[in-house]
Amino acid sequence: MTSQQVGSRTADTIERLRDQGRAALVGYLPVGFPDVDRSIEAARVMVDAGVDVVELGLPYSDPVMDGAVIQHAVERALAGGVRVRDTLRAAEAVAATGAPVLVMTYWNPVVRYGVDAFARDLAGAGAAGLITPDLIPDEGGDWVAASDEHGLDRVFLVAPSSTPERLELTARSSRGFVYAASTMGVTGTRASVGADAARLVRDTRAAGAERVCVGLGVSTADQAAEVASYADGVIVGSAFVRALADDDTTAGLDALATVVADLASGVRRAERPA
Amino acid sequence: MTQPPQAPEAGTPRAADAPDGPTTTAAGSGPYFGPFGGRFVPEALIEALDELDTEYGKAKADPTFGEELARLHRTYTGRPSIITEVPRFARHCGGVRVVLKREDLNHTGSHKINNVLGQALLTKRLGKKRVIAETGAGQHGVATATAAALFDLECVVYMGEEDTRRQALNVARMRLLGAEVVPVTTGSRTLKDAINEALRDWVTNVETTNYVFGTVGGPHPFPAMVRDLQRIIGVEARQQVLELTGRLPDVVAACVGGGSNAIGIFHAFLDDREVRLVGLEAGGDGVETGRHAATITGGAPGVLHGARSFLLQDEDGQTIESHSISAGLDYPGVGPEHAWLASIGRAEYRPVTDAEAMEAFRLLSRTEGIIPAIESAHALAGAMRLGQELAAEGRQDAVLLVNLSGRGDKDVETAARYFHLLDEGDQ
Repeated sequence: MTSQQVGSRTADTIERLRDQGRAALVGYLPVGFPDVDRSIEAARVMVDAGVDVVELGLPYSDPVMDGAVIQHAVERALAGGVRVRDTLRAAEAVAATGAPVLVMTYWNPVVRYGVDAFARDLAGAGAAGLITPDLIPDEGGDWVAASDEHGLDRVFLVAPSSTPERLELTARSSRGFVYAASTMGVTGTRASVGADAARLVRDTRAAGAERVCVGLGVSTADQAAEVASYADGVIVGSAFVRALADDDTTAGLDALATVVADLASGVRRAERPA
Repeated sequence: MTQPPQAPEAGTPRAADAPDGPTTTAAGSGPYFGPFGGRFVPEALIEALDELDTEYGKAKADPTFGEELARLHRTYTGRPSIITEVPRFARHCGGVRVVLKREDLNHTGSHKINNVLGQALLTKRLGKKRVIAETGAGQHGVATATAAALFDLECVVYMGEEDTRRQALNVARMRLLGAEVVPVTTGSRTLKDAINEALRDWVTNVETTNYVFGTVGGPHPFPAMVRDLQRIIGVEARQQVLELTGRLPDVVAACVGGGSNAIGIFHAFLDDREVRLVGLEAGGDGVETGRHAATITGGAPGVLHGARSFLLQDEDGQTIESHSISAGLDYPGVGPEHAWLASIGRAEYRPVTDAEAMEAFRLLSRTEGIIPAIESAHALAGAMRLGQELAAEGRQDAVLLVNLSGRGDKDVETAARYFHLLDEGDQ
């Protein structure tokens, strides 16, 4: 019921692109890497270069779903003194581009801030909602209430191991889209996206999800094209972080723009069933 | 103090206890300890946790599981572990009676073996051939490597790089036993980062791998399952103290890091309302200095490593590094059942500083010829204070039961440095 009552900017964007015949490109970067201002600039570069939805990572000391590339970037952000309020500031700055901004956060920083207060301030910053890698709907009662109250998207994850019952629960609990983890594992680039991914997208739709985006392991245009042929969105993180980390700031931003443009072209050339 | 605790039932997997009820979190049956516990983990792990929970429920109902575990404890662990009354040490405890539960005499030198043998049997039942574990000081890693050797399982132990340096001999022990030890180089490079890395391995290899978790923390079913496997400590000790003294102890004391030895000895006494349960946390340099590992005394509620409990965190919810002379207590979290027992007042938790623990370490060695683990020395230091408090109330006849959770062989180097026991130039 509430899903119908509360609108979703992320969903609107994905549906608009679907009408145009393509999947969305969702791009992740952690706030504070290499520092807060430059991470905001990098997120803007991503949008200019073809990212449709921005996923801003809130740096956390114990990121169990992240592989080496993102772990190191986040460690550096924390060592640089990044705070939770910096993520709210970054969300506000990036939302000004017009692209929906989702904050990716582990759960404890939100618990510490206060779930309702965080939702209120996130909405106030103009962000679209949260992606919560270590919060399952079963444990998310207060977040479901707060996100309804403040009109925010809540993106929960499904995995190749999820049972049909859990797919249904997650589909029912999510707003915006459902995040399908392509393989069993953590974030990081991989030679191939799991064969499980297409099946998982199909099963998640069958379980009631209207929009399913795929993440984990996508780093090339070919992979993006492949995933974009069956999913509503392609989520890319480590490949962008790695590009940004390549060199000094200007070179890093240029490298980022190049990689984003490449993956955006992959998404755009995907062959999708009519 | 507040409401009466409902000790035996609370926190056990309710649906799993039903004869035909496989627990799924979706069914809302994830067990909580009051507001603590739960499953704050990636969705990818939920199926494995459900599978573990279900298999554990079946094992509990299957007499052959209990018989096999009991046989192993009799013939391999060396159970029941004895109790030892320590009158010379007791003089430093206000003159009350002090009885030690001797988990230090178990094979591998601590209570950790109680848990890993149970989990290794479960691994076999699950049909998995590979186990992973985290370790700080190396005791749980050594115990897991031991069980893996015994059960012919592939074993990978994650250990913070910092700890592999501090505990080089335990790294060698694990490798002798055939385990692969992976130094973890991210974050603070200590136990909490080793748990993160073990969780990442598990997310990736969950189909073939069982995670043998070392303490009563983590996502359900670990807190309840590890508690059940350690519960034997208190069950034995309760009977042994009754036989020795003709009554129950007045106080049961144990050190608390994650809290498995403490829950293990507390649990059999939860319904004995007249028995005080006291957990001693690692106070490091003193809780007021910020350099400590006293999670309940000095932390705040939050979510870490899969459970809602108390943890050391800053105002942004970032985990704060803990500090303790005892590597086994040097962890910024604590099991959710302890958080609950503290919140309802059924158990008390107090900090013990490094200096107090080392004094108790020295005293027990000198007065009784027993070198305790530095972890257990925190419980002994707590007993000294508790005994003096009881004596001041005129209760010299009180009986104090202390869990001696491990032996101190691993700590001799630390103690030698602390007490300057090595001759000059002897390095």
